[in-house]
Amino acid sequence: MNSSAPTRATATSAGTAGTPAGTAPDPHAAAAVEVRGVTRRFSSRSGEVVALSDVDLTVRAGEFVSLIGPSGCGKSTLLRLIADLDEPTAGELSVFGRPPRVARQNHDFGIAFQQAGLLPWRSVRTNVELPLQLHGTGRGARRARATELLEMVGLADFAEHLPHQLSGGMQQRVAIARALAERPSLLLMDEPFGALDEMTREHVQTELLRLRAETGAAVVFVTHSIPEAVYLSDRVVVMSARPGQVREVVPVGLGEARDRSDDVREDDAFFDRVRAVREALHGADGTTPRGVDRR
Amino acid sequence: MRRQVLLGAAGVGALALLWEGYKLVAPDDGVVVGELTVLPRTNDIAMPHLWDMAARAFEPVNSATDALPLWVAVLVAAAFTLGVAAVGWVVGVVVGLGTATLMQRFRTAESALLPWVVLSQTVPLIALAPLVRRWGSQLEVGTFDWQDWMSVAVIASYLAFFPVSIGALRGLSSPDAVHLDLMRSYGVGWWRTYRSLRLPAAVPHLIPALRLAAANAVIGTVVAEVSIGLRGGIGRMIVEFGASASADPAKQWSPIFGAVLVGLVAAGVCALIARGLARYRVSEVS
Repeated sequence: MNSSAPTRATATSAGTAGTPAGTAPDPHAAAAVEVRGVTRRFSSRSGEVVALSDVDLTVRAGEFVSLIGPSGCGKSTLLRLIADLDEPTAGELSVFGRPPRVARQNHDFGIAFQQAGLLPWRSVRTNVELPLQLHGTGRGARRARATELLEMVGLADFAEHLPHQLSGGMQQRVAIARALAERPSLLLMDEPFGALDEMTREHVQTELLRLRAETGAAVVFVTHSIPEAVYLSDRVVVMSARPGQVREVVPVGLGEARDRSDDVREDDAFFDRVRAVREALHGADGTTPRGVDRR
Repeated sequence: MRRQVLLGAAGVGALALLWEGYKLVAPDDGVVVGELTVLPRTNDIAMPHLWDMAARAFEPVNSATDALPLWVAVLVAAAFTLGVAAVGWVVGVVVGLGTATLMQRFRTAESALLPWVVLSQTVPLIALAPLVRRWGSQLEVGTFDWQDWMSVAVIASYLAFFPVSIGALRGLSSPDAVHLDLMRSYGVGWWRTYRSLRLPAAVPHLIPALRLAAANAVIGTVVAEVSIGLRGGIGRMIVEFGASASADPAKQWSPIFGAVLVGLVAAGVCALIARGLARYRVSEVS
């Protein structure tokens, strides 16, 4: 099945890699994320758990890559390692050619979690302003940027509301606006739509595609949902559990992000890709070698 | 709001009715079972009529020609006590917050300090008062002169800091993992995380702690006034007037109501603070 897909995908990736990736900081056009032989073991009282075992992954600048797999396959762990919220037991990671720690201190990436994680005592606007404020952006510039972002996610009218006055989907959109506040060239998202109902979810997905097309940022997106991964991604990384490994990388390439709309969901190519990911996930042919990164 | 005022008034009215009703029904020497008095005496020395207390409040304090009306003297004393308690409260809150911050910042500080914080509250106040006074009087920094009211404030703060340090420690440790991850991903250090996340998140735990601290500060001030022998406050006045209770039984009730008033004002100030911080008390989202 791997052999049938790639022409289109390659073209797409090449195309997105060429688009201006926000404020791409590295002159050598380093990959947004490089993961080489990364292993992460957690030791607990009941013994040692291998969350990730010898994982390789490359995410090019401007590319949208989803991580999908059963619970416990280490996809969230991998994201946390990229974000320098955790450290690998072995192996190396780099973000735009730099160690994750340096990338974090340079504010190279924005991050969003399954919980919106808005500070409940701050208004929607000041929540979006939070990273800018912490990094010393002046009041006026902060305000202008927040206004711009809230318009982008369609919540300009709710700027002065408090988070608890918003629905879950709206809160998540605020969280995405916050993640985009510093124009990152990389967006890390850990099941950001996991808690939303299906209708809201599809709406926010389309919105994310639009935002991503506008910003040109690379995205690493952890999800449980196959259709979500297929709809959003340039490539879907299918992982297996115990130990967490990359089982297969499925190229998707349903066209440029800016052209993708809800119609894609009813397209034959969409269903074809969903089937491909599902087969990879459930190991229809148990012989597929792991870590096939088809670039 | 109006409902609350009415309910409050009804509560006070019920207490007054209970007082006068019991005084009316029960025998003068109280209810005695065998040799044991199970309910208090109701004679005019033990339980003066409420209207006698009120009438006494409007008479002069004593027979001196320039004596103030009793209620004015009580108000002056109450204001003095309130002032000392406020100083004790502020010092206690600052020290409590500082201790909690230290304990939150360094795990070793928590294991080292927390047992002492708890232990500190088991030392009886009366044992402490003379010590504080003696230490204070030995203090000489330039022209600074240690006053007795400062000893009282120190004791009040000693009682006030405890609930604050415990409440603040819980509050400062209360932020969600997702918020802490977020702060880490922003690459900001401990101090900014503390200011932007931990301190605001601690407010819901701090408000009840501040209330407890206020009550403790008032009680500490009143008791310490007595055991240190500080003049001018409501505590000393209660003891003084109590000594002459058999001759003038209604008189000692005025400073007792004065002490209640101090407590009410302290509680009111805390309610105002809570209202000012209302934004930080909205429940956690998603």
